[in-house]
Amino acid sequence: MNWLAGIGAVTIGKLSSFGRATLMLFGAIIAKPQFIKNVPLTIKQIYAVGVQSLLIIVVSGLFIGMVMALQGYTILVGYGAEGSLGPMVALSLLRELGPVVTALLFAGRAGSALTAEIGLMKATEQLSSLEMMAVDPLRRIIAPRFWAGMISMPMLALIFSAVGILGGHVVGVDWLGVDSGSYWSIMQSTVDWDKDVVNGIIKSAVFAFVIVWIATYKGYDSIPTSEGISKATTETVVYSSLAVLGLDFVLTALMFGIE
Amino acid sequence: MENLIEIDNLSFSRSGRLIYDDISLRIQKGKTTAIMGPSGIGKTTMLRLMGGQLTPDSGDIRFKGESIPQMRRKRLFEVRRQMSMLFQSGAMFTDMTVYDNIAFPLREHTSLSEDLIKTVVQLKLQAVGLRGAAHLMPAELSGGMARRAALARAIALDPELIMYDEPFAGQDPISMGVLVKLIKALNDALKLTSVVVTHDVTEVLTIADYIYILAEKKVIGSGTPEEIKNSDSPLVQQFLQGLADGPVPFHYPAGDIKQALLGSNS
Ligand SMILES: Nc1ncnc2c1ncn2[C@@H]1O[C@H](COP(=O)(O)OP(=O)(O)O)[C@@H](O)[C@H]1O
Ligand SMILES: [Mg+2]
Repeated sequence: MNWLAGIGAVTIGKLSSFGRATLMLFGAIIAKPQFIKNVPLTIKQIYAVGVQSLLIIVVSGLFIGMVMALQGYTILVGYGAEGSLGPMVALSLLRELGPVVTALLFAGRAGSALTAEIGLMKATEQLSSLEMMAVDPLRRIIAPRFWAGMISMPMLALIFSAVGILGGHVVGVDWLGVDSGSYWSIMQSTVDWDKDVVNGIIKSAVFAFVIVWIATYKGYDSIPTSEGISKATTETVVYSSLAVLGLDFVLTALMFGIE
Repeated sequence: MENLIEIDNLSFSRSGRLIYDDISLRIQKGKTTAIMGPSGIGKTTMLRLMGGQLTPDSGDIRFKGESIPQMRRKRLFEVRRQMSMLFQSGAMFTDMTVYDNIAFPLREHTSLSEDLIKTVVQLKLQAVGLRGAAHLMPAELSGGMARRAALARAIALDPELIMYDEPFAGQDPISMGVLVKLIKALNDALKLTSVVVTHDVTEVLTIADYIYILAEKKVIGSGTPEEIKNSDSPLVQQFLQGLADGPVPFHYPAGDIKQALLGSNS
């Protein structure tokens, strides 16, 4: 019977933690948002969360585009269909790899940093100190970071896809000799704005929501010791990566599943 | 004498462990009250209870006659503008300069122009002797300087009450002397009410008007420094003289050591 009690305790623990996370989110962004005051703070966070992630996103996007062109070419050339390399690269990036790989990189680069930063603020009593100064840390610390993530991630995913398409061009056209005109023109006629681009943006907005929520909550709820913060940081990366992959399947089924 | 804070029959427990069992305290207006006790007894907890960050299990805490645990969040935030807390670590915001740290409460809660804010910040920094350090980041300050900078921030809005959490812990003798002098000076010049939580006996005896000594979830002694020094309670004397063993045992509760070392097979 002990294992049953164990399962119960774990479930209650998870549920109450989910409840606290929801309350935190509610307090930070729904109850009385302070848009005007938050704008400069959010811009500062967009720099920390978004701009600082730019390099890793660009480099990864470039390499992934190059690898895809290489792999795609070797498959397509067997059917004499190497002209379709452009749409293949573009669709894979816009629909899947752009949002998903960006989200995974974002969780590792920005999510972990958010958790560690907020956890340290808690450990060094900065959050309590805000409370005692009659400033709500949810609105002052959590909200700007949340919005910054929501704004940055879809942009990063688009940049990732764009750079990847260029990387595909470098390998496919400049190196392997696919015709540049067909790379671009077939891509243009195949890629659909709503179906491919907008759906990709929606995906990365959903991923952003989940990652930033997990990252800020894990920091805010961390045990303010060195082990506590390191555990919270690890959990952020693990949980948000798993959540991204799981949600990606659900979203893909909803968006591209057979009607 | 008027009381700024009145604590009545307070009980508080944390993670199922009782920390305070039915205790009552009074903080007199305009005076420096010290709360002393060994580490881990719940001194920081007491300050957080007074600041409304924690809610007691039972009993009441009144600030100017108004019950803090029963306040709504909005009212609590209004009341907190009249109080200020100097955290043990200083709790300076690490992403801003010393200047911006001290300007922070002013920018949040007043509509002063940047010019006026600059004047106020410089005055506060001058008071703690750090006007020259305004441009530094908190990480560049020594421990004593960080605590003084935090003090400047704590008095930025001219609060009525300052709560000091172990202001002397980990300070060298010089910065200790500086802090003692500052706390005294602020209390006299600004007519503040101060609550100092500490276990540094000598310093407290020089600055406090009234002292409470906590141990074992209770107030074990209280009075003016004179009364405390002459107390005949063995607990109080153990604490004042720093004796390792006495009514407060040296050992954390444990079984018999012979049994533990020789094993249960003997
Ligand atoms: N967040 C917390 N959760 C559970 N217990 C805590 C927490 N913070 C402090 N405690 C416990 O409460 C007791 C009192 O802590 P504290 O007020 O910090 O003591 P002091 O300041 O006198 O050293 C300690 O035994 C500590 O372990
Ligand atoms: Mg303490």
